[in-house]
Amino acid sequence: MKQSQFEQQHQAQWQAFSAQLAALHSGKASAEQARSFAADYRRLCQQLALAESRGYSSHLIEQLQQLAMAGHQQFYRHRSPIGGQLLGFVLAGFPRLVRAEWRFVLAGMLLFFGSLLGTGLLVYLNPELIYSIMASDQVAQMEQMYDPDARRLGRFGERDSGDDWLMFGFYIMNNIGIAFQTFASGLLLGLGSLFFLLFNGLTIGAVAGHLTRIGHGEPFWSFVIGHGSFELTAIALAGAAGLKLGWALLVPGRLRRGEALRLAAAKAVRLIGGVVVFLLLAAFVEAYWSSMTLVGPQVKYLVGAALWLLVLAYLLLAGRGAHAPD
Amino acid sequence: MFSSPPRHACPPLDTRYQVETPEGIDLQLRPAGLIPRALAFAIDLAIRGLLLGLGYLLLALLGQFGMGLASILTFLLTWWYMVLFEVLNQGRSPGKQMMGLRVIHDDGTPIGWAASLTRNLLRFVDILPFAYALGILSCLCHSSFKRLGDIAAGTLVVYRDQPPAAPQLADAAPLRAPFAMSLNEQRALLGFAERAGQLSAPRRQELAAILAEPLQVPAAEAEQRINGIARGLLGPT
Repeated sequence: MKQSQFEQQHQAQWQAFSAQLAALHSGKASAEQARSFAADYRRLCQQLALAESRGYSSHLIEQLQQLAMAGHQQFYRHRSPIGGQLLGFVLAGFPRLVRAEWRFVLAGMLLFFGSLLGTGLLVYLNPELIYSIMASDQVAQMEQMYDPDARRLGRFGERDSGDDWLMFGFYIMNNIGIAFQTFASGLLLGLGSLFFLLFNGLTIGAVAGHLTRIGHGEPFWSFVIGHGSFELTAIALAGAAGLKLGWALLVPGRLRRGEALRLAAAKAVRLIGGVVVFLLLAAFVEAYWSSMTLVGPQVKYLVGAALWLLVLAYLLLAGRGAHAPD
Repeated sequence: MFSSPPRHACPPLDTRYQVETPEGIDLQLRPAGLIPRALAFAIDLAIRGLLLGLGYLLLALLGQFGMGLASILTFLLTWWYMVLFEVLNQGRSPGKQMMGLRVIHDDGTPIGWAASLTRNLLRFVDILPFAYALGILSCLCHSSFKRLGDIAAGTLVVYRDQPPAAPQLADAAPLRAPFAMSLNEQRALLGFAERAGQLSAPRRQELAAILAEPLQVPAAEAEQRINGIARGLLGPT
């Protein structure tokens, strides 16, 4: 068949397909258009293949290819209700993923909490050590922040009450930023994640050890215990996701490095999704609960312990059923 | 006819990226290089700076509540601006939209949340150690111009297709070729006839003269002969 005949024969179909695409794209397609789309797309693909094998001119092939491309984009759209997906992920998908990646999670936890507890203990026993980890004015600032006589607690100790919003915003910005950095820098063969895990572990541990030793323990611990459950776990998980990236580059197994990285990143980014949820919770708790001085430290310790247990139980037990709750 | 080599048998001279779809056809994608991508990023950066400046000015009026919102705004613009635009606007942030680009998965499907989040979080590594050095190196070394984030996320920045303009064929009486032509030869002749408008007359003659001998005509008539054969291949219009 000559090309011009072929064009004349199918031109109307191509125009209709084009209109159908535009309608589907703007979400105004009639039921009939939506129903026939798959068949129309397949027919277009067949016509394109025919045109190519018959050696028709590149103008026609270009035109058909663009239609096929637009059809492909429409046909393979990943459109699923984000709300339901998110709920399923939070209720079951995330803890399952954490358990499936238990090696990296364990490594991240050991690095972070290990360095945190180790430094805390060392600083508690050797008072001078804090000054080789932090500058002296930073130490003084920390001491002032958690002074037992202060009216409100936390990083914005001296400001007047009421504006928990300021803190909420700051915590979101700061903490999620840190988690993202910890994850992303894992691409540097895992070294970046290693650095951020150890660095944060060392700093937090040093502050905790120092404040406990000089007798500011109660305001400090009662402040951090609540949101620490979400926040510290989330940082360790972000580190685990970063380590997974680095490991895929170092030990790709039978895959090519690029492919191994792509597969690892697809899982790691889901971990990060859970980390974001954790950190949003942490920011909320930190801004609205941890800084409250209405309740005594005992209540805070109790609630804090309950939150730690909750996080632990969630990561270990949630989503063990056969079906995802939806 | 079925034994003829497929289109991609000869390695292409350009940077086209081929994806074979489940329907058995090859989609042709045109990956975008460093310069248009850098320009798109610069535009996005400027837009974000502007939004941030305006947001700070307005929110400063609200006191500390406003400062909290400003922090959240900064966070959203830093980490989520690209992700939201790419997923909700068919792979086009405003900068990419202006430069005629879009992001897609490297299997040709539209970009989703996970891939977009991955490529934009790993931007943090691409900008290391300064001024996007790693990203630029990776982009220049990769055959389809991927930066590290693109490699990890399995995404590709491509040009958006512009509808092709209808070609103007020179007038000529339809002719039959003096010998049976392979598909590639057919395509070459048609390509020459369709692109005639973009070439200067001496260049057309020079190109056509290459075929003078196989077509058994004097070099001066080769162009006319090729146009005639192309007409003959296309059929009556």
